[in-house]
Formats: sequence, structure tokens, C-alpha cells
Amino acid sequence: MLNIKNLEASIEGNKILKGLNLDIKPGEVHAIMGPNGAGKSTLGNVLAGREEYEVLGGSATLSGKNILDLDPEERAREGLFLAFQYPVEIPGVSNLEFLKASVDAVRAHQGKPELTSVEFLKLAREKCKAVDLDQNFLKRGVNEGFSGGEKKRNELLQMMLLEPQLCILDETDSGLDIDALQVVANGVNNMRSPDRSFIIVTHYQRLLDYIVPDFVHVLANGRIVKTGGKELALELEEKGYSWLEEADNGVA
Amino acid sequence: MSSTAEIERRIGNEYEAGFVTDIESDTIAPGLNEDVIRFISAKKNEPEWMTEWRLKAFHEWQKMEKPEWANLKIEEIDFQSISYYSAPKSMKDRPQSLDEVDPELLRTYDKLGIPLHEQMQLAGVAVDAVFDSVSVITTFREKLAEAGVIFMPISDALQEYPELVKKYIGSVVPQRDNYFAALNSAVFSDGSFVYIPKGVRCPMELSTYFRINELNTGQFERTLIVAEEGSHVSYLEGCTAPMRDENQLHAAVVELIAFDNAEIKYSTVQNWYPGDENGKGGIYNFVTKRAIAHTNAKVSWTQVETGSAITWKYPSVVLKGDNSIGEFYSVALTNKMQQADTGTKMIHLGKNTKSTIIAKGISAGRSQSTYRGLVRMNPGATGARNFTECDSLLIGDKCGAHTFPYIESKNPSAIIEHEATTSTVSEDQLFLCRQRGIDTEKAVSMIVNGFCKEVFKELPMEFAVEAGRLLEVSLEGAVG
Repeated sequence: MLNIKNLEASIEGNKILKGLNLDIKPGEVHAIMGPNGAGKSTLGNVLAGREEYEVLGGSATLSGKNILDLDPEERAREGLFLAFQYPVEIPGVSNLEFLKASVDAVRAHQGKPELTSVEFLKLAREKCKAVDLDQNFLKRGVNEGFSGGEKKRNELLQMMLLEPQLCILDETDSGLDIDALQVVANGVNNMRSPDRSFIIVTHYQRLLDYIVPDFVHVLANGRIVKTGGKELALELEEKGYSWLEEADNGVA
Repeated sequence: MSSTAEIERRIGNEYEAGFVTDIESDTIAPGLNEDVIRFISAKKNEPEWMTEWRLKAFHEWQKMEKPEWANLKIEEIDFQSISYYSAPKSMKDRPQSLDEVDPELLRTYDKLGIPLHEQMQLAGVAVDAVFDSVSVITTFREKLAEAGVIFMPISDALQEYPELVKKYIGSVVPQRDNYFAALNSAVFSDGSFVYIPKGVRCPMELSTYFRINELNTGQFERTLIVAEEGSHVSYLEGCTAPMRDENQLHAAVVELIAFDNAEIKYSTVQNWYPGDENGKGGIYNFVTKRAIAHTNAKVSWTQVETGSAITWKYPSVVLKGDNSIGEFYSVALTNKMQQADTGTKMIHLGKNTKSTIIAKGISAGRSQSTYRGLVRMNPGATGARNFTECDSLLIGDKCGAHTFPYIESKNPSAIIEHEATTSTVSEDQLFLCRQRGIDTEKAVSMIVNGFCKEVFKELPMEFAVEAGRLLEVSLEGAVG
């Protein structure tokens, strides 16, 4: 599904990713953990095509297609979804209008017919229920005046409507209370399928109690320095990251 | 491509209404003097008092100075190089029905998407089409007459209802009100006259489309709307012009009178040619619009301004009667090298008068957009209220937005609220949209339309869609 080889990327001249390798097969859930500044958010942003980041080398393919040459909207239409850590507000643009424009664009790319307004509204209401978001949020401006938890649930709503093949959740758990965390986890778990993969970027092991990953990677100094099963997350919770960073530096 | 570069690419779009119609015209030689004014007046077979009224305005104008206070850079205007009258030749005997209208003219309005054709009239909008200096057709005149509504070119009204015109013309904007109003009073060629009798609700939207076609001509239309007691009317004007390298002058005057309990809703979608990306060509749009609201009357100005090289325009309401209401909803979009200095004046004279100002400025390219507004509470305006909201949206980093609110309160019980914001279309917003599969152009148009929503909802339904589309076209190439 996603194949990353020797990916190197910088922002404002600072090299953040320094030869990152990652291979994700359909249906797998990969957790990425690591200390602050290790490049966790950079990875999601680079994969999604944020223009402030410069790719210096390496490759990334999604289902065999090189995505690094594509515009952000083209990557999205190919099925790459990034749930933002800090979803931005777009005042005056109704959530419903935004969601429909998004779904229309992705469906058009996939050669599917456009949903009518009625069909779409019905679908959007269903998904709202699934993420425990009141239908009134469809009428409000995109993220306008939403609480932190509401913004994250709105991200999840977008993910459910777009049905992407690769979902990247960038610290979606940050700032969430336990109830909201469970809603997000349930949403992700319900979306798990043999042909959909997830990258869960998180600081805390807590989320992984609810979304059980197939693999846990530690990202430090712009590279994956350790890979393990779900038990690695528990070990990290206990021991922190410094032992890995030191080991990595020792190797380098 | 970076977002900013993309924005700039899109800004460089083509002006859709920029074609020239090849039609034979009667155009007088450029220049301005008493003879020209007499010529215009004679062409229109005007009564003697009208000729005198024009000449008086001309003499006032000669004594006046061009205003310099606006936040605008204006090239010297040579008033002697402008032709003050141009009419399509075939208009000599004005057509009585659409069948008699020059097909070339009809095609022009067709291209502009303006409903002159029968099938288009099903939209139920009465249209007065003004081509250069004259009105070429007014639709639905008979149907409106049944309701007692008069809707016709002001030159016709001077023939058919001279006493009405005489009574009201200049009563809101006097001849010597300002430099451009004086010029208009001297040379105005055509425009619309609307009269709604007491207690009548005008059965349909009224609209006038102005088009400048001839080279080196100015357009000086004059619109007069009188709403008698308890009547109601909604009026819309639209404007376009061909793309030309020379600047063309448009100096209009609009006067509205809303008597007791009457309501006038006046909407403008202005899309004059804005000039090219280097500021060559485009319309100079100097307009005086003012309304008087009597007791319990309500006047709403809604404007969507996307065109003109320079816009100088402050639709105002004099809230003369107690409990009268004035509203101003505005979207002013500037792109390329356009300059706009626009806003409103709300003059509160009566008790418990209320005014609302919602002004949205969008600047892109290397344009400059200025909001200038005056709220005045006179000593008699006990319990008066004003609410002003002024928002600016910047696209790219080479444009500017400015706000000059003037507030004068001479009544301690009056309440004035003013809110102002400046924002940009942020990279984060664009990235969110693009990450969801929405391309930049669509994203910008969505964000800008969202920004303007409060104003668009004040437009008549048919035109809200048109306004949204117009913004989209005007912004093409503005973002990335």
C-alpha cells in the first residue's frame, strides 16, 4: 500500500527526515511514536504534500504510484487522508458545503457519479451520528468555534465520508478527554478493513489501548530507529525514548 | 507551484464582458461646453426648465474642484477629450417591441446573460437596458403599468411625467452636491425612472443594465426612484464595458426617496472593465448615490463591486423620519491594479433611527481597497443606533486594505458600535481544502464566498448566484 524509501525532507533549510523507510501493507495499522521534534508531524505533512516542506531525496509510493510528484489535492483524491493535529477554521464556509465539495472532488476522480444534495445530506447525518457530532455542526462554518474535541471528531467525519485507502492521524489524541478518545478510537476501528491502512502518530501509549496497532515504530532523529509489536508501546511508556536515541547516535 | 504564485496566475484572468459591439452610433465630438449641453437636451426634446437646470449645474461644476481626499491615485482626467453623447443609430425611432431591436444589440445583452428575450423574461425581472447614452429597451412596461408602477428611461419620463421628474430630481442630490454630481447633472444622458404609487408593492424585481460600448464616451446616467407612502420596490443595476486601453468615465447619480412606511431595496452588481494587470484602461467609476428615508421607511443598499479601475462611491441614507432604517451591505473586490474607495454615509436625523453597515473588502493582486464610512448622529437623533462591521480579506502579499470610519455623535443617547477585522486566506486553510481533494481555485472561491455570505444573502435570489459567480471569475488567477 505505502512504500517509503530513504525519504529525506527539510523545512526552512532544517533537515528533519533523514532517510526514513516504512512499508505498510493493506489492512495494517502502524503506530509512530517518538520524542518531540523527531519528525513525526513532518512525515504526515510531507506525505500529504504540504508545500513548505522540501523533499530532498528518497521515494514514496501509494499503491505503486509515486505520490511525491503529485499536488496535495491529487494525493487526496488518490486516497491519502491526513487528520490534522490542529484543524484550521474556515469562517463562513458551511461544513456541509465543504464536505460535499470534498466528496465530489474525490468521487469525480474515482469516476463515481456525484451524490445529489439529498443523498449527501443523508450520508453526512449518518456519519455525524457515528462520531457523536450533533447535526447542527453541518450547518456551522468549518471548525468555526468548535472545541478541540469537536474539531477532531469533525476530522474523523471527513475521513469516514472520503473512505480513503491510507489514513494518517497526526496526534489526533492530543487534547482529548477519555470519552472523546473512545469515540475517535471506535471510529477508526470501525473503518479498519483488509484494504485500508492507518498511520497513527501519537505521543502516548493510551490511544493504542483502544486502537491496537499491528506495528509500533519509534521515530527519532528523522529515522525509524526501532520497530516492534504493540508491546513496544508499553515499553516506551515505561522507559521513555532516550535509550533509543542514544543507541541510534551510537550507531551513527 | 507555490500558493502565492498560483494565486497570481489566477488573478491574470480575462474579463468576460470585454467585447465590443460593432454597431453604428451617433456620437458627438468630444468636448464640453454649453452647446454640448444644449445639444443633449435638444436631442432628448427636453422641456426648457430641464435645459436650464443642466446649464445651472454646468456653471456650478466650472467653479468646483475635483475632490482629492480619497485614498486613490487618479490620472488627470481631460474632460474635453470625452464625448458626452453616444447612441446606437437604429435608436432614432426607438423600438416599440423586442422584434424591432437591432439583433446586434440583443446579441450583446445575450452574451452578457441579461434577460431581454421573451424566454428569459420568464425569470420575471423587468429590465431597462442602457447602451452608452440611451435606453434601448424596457421590458414589462405594460404589466407594471397595470399596478400603477412607472418604470421607464428617465428621458421618456421627462416627456410623459415631466411634473414628477421636476418635483424630485435634485431633491436628494442637488446639482452642486459634489464635483461629479454637478458634472452628471449637466450632461446626464439616460437612466431609469421608477415611481411606485401609495401602498403598492411592486409586482416584480426591477433592473437596469448599463453598458458602455463606444470609445471615448462617458456614461452619465441618472436614476430616480420615488416610493410613495407604504410602497415597496426592489431594484437592481448591473454594469459592464468592453476592454479598452483608454480609461473611460462613468459618473452616475442615483436618488432614492422613500416616503412614510415605504421600503426601497437597491442592489448593484458592478462589473465595469477593471483595466489590465498593469493598470492600463478600465472605467473610472465616480458615483453619487443617496436616499432619503421618511418616517418608518427603510432603505437598503446592497452592492457587489468587482469592476472598474477606480471606484469612488458612497451610497448613503439620510434617516430623516423617526424610526427609519438604513442599511448598507457591500462586497468590494479589487484585483490587479484596481483601486476602490467606497463605503457609506448614514445621517441620523430622526428619533430611534437605525442603521446597519456590513462592508466586506477583498483585495488581491496589487490592488488597494479602502472602506470609508460616516455615521452621524444629529442632535435630534434620540435613541438612534448604528452597527458597523468592516471586514477585510487579503489574498497575496502585494495588495492593501484600509479602513477610515468617521463617527460624529451629537446626541448622547445614540449608540454606535463599530467592529473591524482583517484576515488573509491562509496557507493552512488552503492546505486543509487541498488535502480534502478540493483544488486551490475552488477553495479560494469557497473561502471568499463564505467571507461575503452576510452580504450575498441580502441580494435578490437570482442575483446572489450571479454575484457568487462574478467573484469567482474576478478572482481567477488570484491564488495558489
